[in-house]
Amino acid sequence: MIRELRPALSLVLLFTLILGVAAPVAFTGFAQLVFPYQANGSLIRVKNHAIGSALIGQNFPGRQWFQPRPSALTGTDAKGQTVATPYDASESGASNLGPTSKTLIANVTARIAAYRKAYGPGPVPDDAVTSSGSGLDPDISLANALRQAPTVAVARHLPAGRMTALVKRFAMHRLLGVIGTDRVNVLKLNLALSRMQAATTMVQK
Amino acid sequence: MTFHGFGYIALVLVLVLGAAFPLGAYMARLFRGEVHWLAPIERGIYRLCGIDPARQMGWGAYAIALLMFSVAHFLLLYAILRLQYYLPFNPQHIAGMAPMLAFNTAASFTTNTNWQAYSPESQISNGAQMFGLAVHMFLSAAAGIAVAAALMRAFTSGGLKTLGNVYADITRITLYLLLPIALIAAVLLLVSGVPMTFAPFAQVHTLAGGVQTIARGPVALQEVIKNLGTNGGGFFNANAAHPFENPTGLTNLLEIWLLLVIGFALPIAFGHMIGRKREGVALFAAMAIILGFAMVGTYAAEAANNPILVHAGIAAHPGNMVGKEMRFGIAQSTTFNTAATGTSTGAVNSFTDSYMPLGGLVPMFLMQLDEVAPGGVGSGLYGMVLFALLAVFVAGLMVGRTPEYLGKKVQAKEIKLAMLAVLVQTLFILAGAGFSLLTKSGLGSLANAGPHGLSEMLYGWTSATENNGSAFAGLSANTPLLDYGLGAAMLFGRFAVLIPVLAIGGSLAAKPKLPHSAGTFPTDGSLFVGLLIGVIIILGGLQFMPADTLGPLAEHYLLLAGKTF
Repeated sequence: MIRELRPALSLVLLFTLILGVAAPVAFTGFAQLVFPYQANGSLIRVKNHAIGSALIGQNFPGRQWFQPRPSALTGTDAKGQTVATPYDASESGASNLGPTSKTLIANVTARIAAYRKAYGPGPVPDDAVTSSGSGLDPDISLANALRQAPTVAVARHLPAGRMTALVKRFAMHRLLGVIGTDRVNVLKLNLALSRMQAATTMVQK
Repeated sequence: MTFHGFGYIALVLVLVLGAAFPLGAYMARLFRGEVHWLAPIERGIYRLCGIDPARQMGWGAYAIALLMFSVAHFLLLYAILRLQYYLPFNPQHIAGMAPMLAFNTAASFTTNTNWQAYSPESQISNGAQMFGLAVHMFLSAAAGIAVAAALMRAFTSGGLKTLGNVYADITRITLYLLLPIALIAAVLLLVSGVPMTFAPFAQVHTLAGGVQTIARGPVALQEVIKNLGTNGGGFFNANAAHPFENPTGLTNLLEIWLLLVIGFALPIAFGHMIGRKREGVALFAAMAIILGFAMVGTYAAEAANNPILVHAGIAAHPGNMVGKEMRFGIAQSTTFNTAATGTSTGAVNSFTDSYMPLGGLVPMFLMQLDEVAPGGVGSGLYGMVLFALLAVFVAGLMVGRTPEYLGKKVQAKEIKLAMLAVLVQTLFILAGAGFSLLTKSGLGSLANAGPHGLSEMLYGWTSATENNGSAFAGLSANTPLLDYGLGAAMLFGRFAVLIPVLAIGGSLAAKPKLPHSAGTFPTDGSLFVGLLIGVIIILGGLQFMPADTLGPLAEHYLLLAGKTF
């Protein structure tokens, strides 16, 4: 047993140096040099200020924005109370409510009512009223975005046809018929929306 | 259920099974010591560590060396987690981990489980992720594969006294198998948007005028080995559901491929090692059939949406999106989680706690089958060989012959050890979950009421004991009962199987290798594959039938009746 002490210990230490220090440090150097945008979190910059990550969802209060999916993230406030902190990307996680949970059913039912009030009657797209796995889902389904388009157009005093065209321009589709889903990145869509509005206002002036 | 969904499952299986054949052939050469393309580095490691790679070990020496290696690594990780505040690469100034959580985490990563009772963003520094957790992801995977290689050698010829050199096995598997695949795949993930940075969390001013803090770190390299080594410990709390771990449909496909490919290559390597490729293909086929059915089963359960929510007004199509990411939809979520529980990975790209009752049952059942479809890297293959021994034993009882497997007589000693390995795990799962639910602390950990609560606890003990690491994540696992209890379950689940396996290997190695004759029960045809699957389902699965009935099955029928909790 004593005989195995040296090889066992030194192999652990040596591999900790190779796999735990040398490899990640070297690979990070490579990543920062060759793919700095991705390596630092795909941050979108507007006039040199980071406004978010292309891969991480964020909050958009009000009907003038396309709405992301519900986020189940929670945190604790100064008094130690649990409070909702949707799209707080310093953490991540899901609601973990089971299919027979009364809380789940109540939450989704309330969201269905709110969605119909904002965007009209009919079956509600699943993604619009269910919280995601990460709490940071950057996307909504194409169907959901198209349902929201007329309401966003009214709130922004823009023609509905232009809004639908914008959504279709930002739609991402399934690859090879099976990989990925038909969806829209909410931040990119809303960024284009705010630029379009700015351009329109300029013309009107 | 749609054409896209089934097409996706078919695509995954074709890509994985197709790659398993060439990779298996390469791995057989690696296990025989015929791969040398990094020989100078390999020799340097041996010299620095005082290792003589030519020294052959009997099963006892192999087991002792492996235990010493694991104990040393366990202690090092425990120290790193406790002291992470003082160690480099801690831009968020994260404090040292509390003793019970550090014990649980060290046990979890030493045993290739990667159960996460902690929340990574706030409780693990970049440094502890890199030189604590990620190193274990490589080495616990290499250790599992080494044991499988040792067991394979036992079948190669008669009268063997030794099973190889554990240090050389671990070094070679790491250098020639895990590291090269990891580096290539890490570049692909990086290009797709998985971060690799030492910078602190990003602060951004959002489009709508708010402030958002975005966690990031050196993710890409760890993400690869997490899947390739069937580990599963996510860099982020949301694991592979987090867009920084798994940003696109393509990365999702790559990650599924990584977590299955070595598991399926191992039986092929086994066939090459013993010089009878068809024997390896038979084990491979049993694994693939079980996994294929499981993938279709989980997908079907999730594509059928929650009837209560459909009644409330959501669209029936595409299916249950609670806890799932939009970029993956239904089939790509269920396929990932099924692959991660068929292997011992336990990574998730969607949250199983919110799956439909039957959708959650399939992953749990795959673990209860002792993780053999295709199982963890190494542990899946040796688990499958245990079942093959039990299957020939059962067949031998039916026809009244002394059973043999691959020319080795299977006798009372081997069967007792194999049954010990199977039963220890069952004992820990059922007794552990049962006991926890009798305590106040255990009940307090549950997030959901009714049968779903039972499922949460049962899933947790199953996952820990089978060294999977996935969870019905509503369970609050950072309590003294579950930190210590599940930590012990992980250690027993790993070593109370691994040591009997090496003992069986030693015993079989010493026996003469009998020539194949007309009276030998063929173990390379469809009859044997069917028998093997039957034994796995009956021996591995039936013991859990009562518990699974009280949990997921009861919930399924209550849900259909519209009952909520």
